[in-house]
Amino acid sequence: MIPELGHISLIIAFVLAIGLTVIPFWGSFRTNVAAMNLAPSLAVGILVFTATAFGLLATSFLQDDFSVAVVAANSNSLLPPIFKFSALWGNHEGSLLLWVLILSTWMTAVAFLCRVLPLTMIARVLSVMGLIAVGFLAFSLLTSNPFERLLPNTPLDGSDLNPLLQDPGLIIHPPLLYMGYVGLSVPFAFAIAALIGGRLDASWARWSRPWTNVAWGFLTLGIMLGSWWAYYELGWGGWWFWDPVENASFMPWLMGTALVHSLAVTEKRGVFRSWTVLLAIFAFSLSLLGTFLVRSGVLTSVHAFAADPERGLFILVFLALVVGGSLLLYALRAPAVASRVEYNVISRESLLMVNNLVFTVAATIVLLGTLFPLVMDAFSLGKYSVGPPYFNAVFVPLMALLMPFMSIGPISRWRQDSPRRWLHELLVPAIAMAALAPLLSMMLFDFNLWVALAVLLAGWVTLGVLRDVWRRLAVGGSGGLQWQRLSPSFLGMTFAHIGFAAVVLGAVVVTQHSEEQDLRMTEGQSAELGGYRFEMTHISQEPGANYVADQATFVVSYDDKIIATLVPEKRRYLASGQVMTEAAIDAGILRDLYIALGEPIGERAWAVRLQYKPMVRWLWIGAFLIGFGALLTSLDRRYRVQVVSGQEPSPVKGQGLGFAR
Amino acid sequence: MDLHARRFIPLLGFVLLSVLLFRGLSLDPTSLPAARLGQIFPEFAKLELQSGDVISVVDLNQRPALVNVWATWCYSCRIEHPYLLELAKSGVPIYGLNYKDDPVKARGWLAQLGDPYRLNIVDDEGSLGLDLGVYGAPETYVIDRDGKIVHRHVGILDQSVFRADFSAWFPALMDAQAPVAQRALEGK
Repeated sequence: MIPELGHISLIIAFVLAIGLTVIPFWGSFRTNVAAMNLAPSLAVGILVFTATAFGLLATSFLQDDFSVAVVAANSNSLLPPIFKFSALWGNHEGSLLLWVLILSTWMTAVAFLCRVLPLTMIARVLSVMGLIAVGFLAFSLLTSNPFERLLPNTPLDGSDLNPLLQDPGLIIHPPLLYMGYVGLSVPFAFAIAALIGGRLDASWARWSRPWTNVAWGFLTLGIMLGSWWAYYELGWGGWWFWDPVENASFMPWLMGTALVHSLAVTEKRGVFRSWTVLLAIFAFSLSLLGTFLVRSGVLTSVHAFAADPERGLFILVFLALVVGGSLLLYALRAPAVASRVEYNVISRESLLMVNNLVFTVAATIVLLGTLFPLVMDAFSLGKYSVGPPYFNAVFVPLMALLMPFMSIGPISRWRQDSPRRWLHELLVPAIAMAALAPLLSMMLFDFNLWVALAVLLAGWVTLGVLRDVWRRLAVGGSGGLQWQRLSPSFLGMTFAHIGFAAVVLGAVVVTQHSEEQDLRMTEGQSAELGGYRFEMTHISQEPGANYVADQATFVVSYDDKIIATLVPEKRRYLASGQVMTEAAIDAGILRDLYIALGEPIGERAWAVRLQYKPMVRWLWIGAFLIGFGALLTSLDRRYRVQVVSGQEPSPVKGQGLGFAR
Repeated sequence: MDLHARRFIPLLGFVLLSVLLFRGLSLDPTSLPAARLGQIFPEFAKLELQSGDVISVVDLNQRPALVNVWATWCYSCRIEHPYLLELAKSGVPIYGLNYKDDPVKARGWLAQLGDPYRLNIVDDEGSLGLDLGVYGAPETYVIDRDGKIVHRHVGILDQSVFRADFSAWFPALMDAQAPVAQRALEGK
C-alpha cells in the first residue's frame, strides 16, 4: 500500500507541476492577477506531494519492503538503518526523486522569499521552474518509477547497497551536490523570465545574485565532499580523477564561478548583461547535460548509473527543449543594443572579464575532454579515453594565469583605475611573496620550484585580500576598527578567495611532495616514511554489522614519540561478497598519514601501502571556505532591504546603480 | 557578422552538440566492434612482467582463458582487481596485458593488491593493444581452446557481467562458486 500511495503522490505532484507551468505563465501575459497568484501555492503543493512520495519511499527502505524493486536492488536487512535511508539515493530512481524534491524545495523558497518581487516576474520564474519539474517528474514516472514492485516474486532479502556507498560521506554528498545542481535552475529561471519580459537590468541581477551564490556554494561543498570521500574511501589516496561524472559536476561549477562574478558586474555597473544571461543559461544547461551524461550510458564511468538508452533519449529530448528553447529565446530577445555604460580597459570590469574568460574556457576544455571519446566514436574514428594528462596540461596553466588577476581584482576600482595604482598596490605583496616563497617552501619541505610558485601566487592573492580587509577596517582614521564595514558579501568574497588560494597551494604541495611505499609487513615489523616510523603491532579479525574485517594495528611514531595508533581494515561484505579497503588516516594540517591494507601474503603478513600526504587537507578546507563564503554573501543586507521596501527598483539607464564599494 | 546574427551562435553550437549526443545514444561505449572477434589472438613477442622472459602467443597455453587489459593509471582497474583475484582463485586462467604502463609500478601494484595473472604481457608502447583494438583499460577478452578471440568486454568485469557473458566458456565454475560469506568467515 505504501509504495502505491507514493506513486499517487508523485502523479499528483506531476499534475500540479503542469498547472504551475501553464496557469501563472498564461496569467502573466493576460495580467490575470488571480492566475499569477496561484504560482506560490502550486509550488508549495508540489513540494508537499514530492516530499510525501520521498517519505513513503524512505519508509519502504526502512521497513525492508523488498517487494519494491529499488529497495530489493539497493538495500539489505542487515544494513544499518542510516544506510537504509541513504540507500534511497544510491541508485538512479531514488536519486531522481531526490532531485525533484530539491527542485521543489528551491521553488518553494523562491515563492516565499521573493514575495515582494513584481508579480509577473515571480509568476514567470516559478512557471519556468515548474516546467523543469514537469520534465523531471515525467522522467521519473515514465522511465524510472521508484515505486515499481516485484510481485509476486518478492525476494526474501535485498542484494545490498554497494559497500563503497556505505559511508557517512555518501549520506550527505548527493543532497549537497543536488542542492547546487538544481539550485542553478533559479538564476536560469530568472534569466528566462527576464528575457521574456525584456527587462535585463540591474534589479534582475540583484534578485538572481543571492540565489546563484547559495546554489554555487552548495555545489562547491558537494564537490568537496565527493573528493574527500574518494580520498578516504577508495583506499589509494587520490582526490580528483577527471572521471566523466566528476566532470559533470565540475562543469556547472566552473560556469557558475563565471556567473557569480559576471552577475556582480551586471548588478553594480549594468554591463555584461547579455553575457550574464548566457552564463546563467549555460550553467544550468551544464547541470542538465551532467544529468544526461550520468544517466544515459553515453560515457563509461565508475559512477554511472545503470545505462538505459530509453532514459537517455528522454533526457536528451528534454535537454533539447529546455536548452534549445532558452538559447532561441536568447537569440531573439537578448538586448540588441550594446550597453551604453562605459568602462576603461584598466578597471575592475576588465579584470572580472578575465575571470569570466578563464572560467568559461576552463569549462569548455573540460566539456571537450569529456565529450572527446564520444565525438571520435560518433564519427567512427575509434574509441578513445581522455585521461588526467590532458586535463592537467590545460587546466593548471589556466589557473596559474588567473591568479595574478585575482590578486588585483578585489582592490581594483570600477570604471577606471590607473596602472600606477595597480602597480603600487601589487608591488609590496609581490615583492614580499617573491622573497618569502622560496623560504616558506623550503622551511616546510625541500625546495621545489612548483611549490615555490604556488606559495608565491597563493600568498599574493591572500595578501591582496587581507590588505583590503585591513584598509576597510582602518578607514576613517579615528583609531577604532570599523567592523561594520565588513559586510557579509565582502567577507564572503574574502573567505572564498582565501579558500581558492588554499586549494591551489594544497593541490600543488600534495602533488609534488607526496611519498608512498608498498611493503610486505608482518607483526612486529616497522617501516619509515617521510620521517615517521610505522610499526605493525598485530593483526586480528573482527566482525562488523554486515561484514567481516581483517584489521592491522599500526603504531606511528616520530622521533620516538608515539603520535597515533592506526587501524586499517579490509572488509568483506557478507551479502555481496565485495571486498573493501578501509584506509586508516591520521589527519593533520600539514600532513596526512595514510595506511591501506592490500592483500594477505602468506602467514600473518599483509601487503601494505603507506602514504605521506602533505597539506592534503588544505584542498578541502579551502573548498569549504569557498562554499561557506558563497553562502555567507547571501546574508548581505542589500538583498534584504529590497525585500523590506518592496519597491520595484528602476531599470538601469546608462549609469550603474552606484553601489560604490 | 552583425550583432543580431551573432546571438544565434550559442544556439547553433547547442544544436550540433545535441546531434552528437543523439548519435551517442545509439552507440554503446561498452560494446565495441572487436575487429579480431573470431580470429586467432595476434602474434607477439614481449617481456613477461615478473620474470623478464620473452613470451609469445604459444605461452598463453591454459585455455579457455581471459586476457585482461590493465594498467596502474587506470582507476577502474583498481575496482575490478578484487574480482579478478576471486576468479583466479576459483581456477579461471587469466593472462594480463599490462597496457602502456610503467613495469616498476605494475610490479608494485601486484605486490600490494595480489596477482591474479598466470603471465603478464608487458605492452608498454601499446603495440599489442593496437593489434587487438584495445581502446582503454580495463578490457577483458576471452580466448577459447583453439586460441581464438571469442568475446570482448569493455569496462569493469564483475560477478554479474561474468555470469551473463562469460560463463558459457567456464561452465564448471558456476557450480563451484561457494557462498562468498562462508568463505569470508573461514578466513585464513
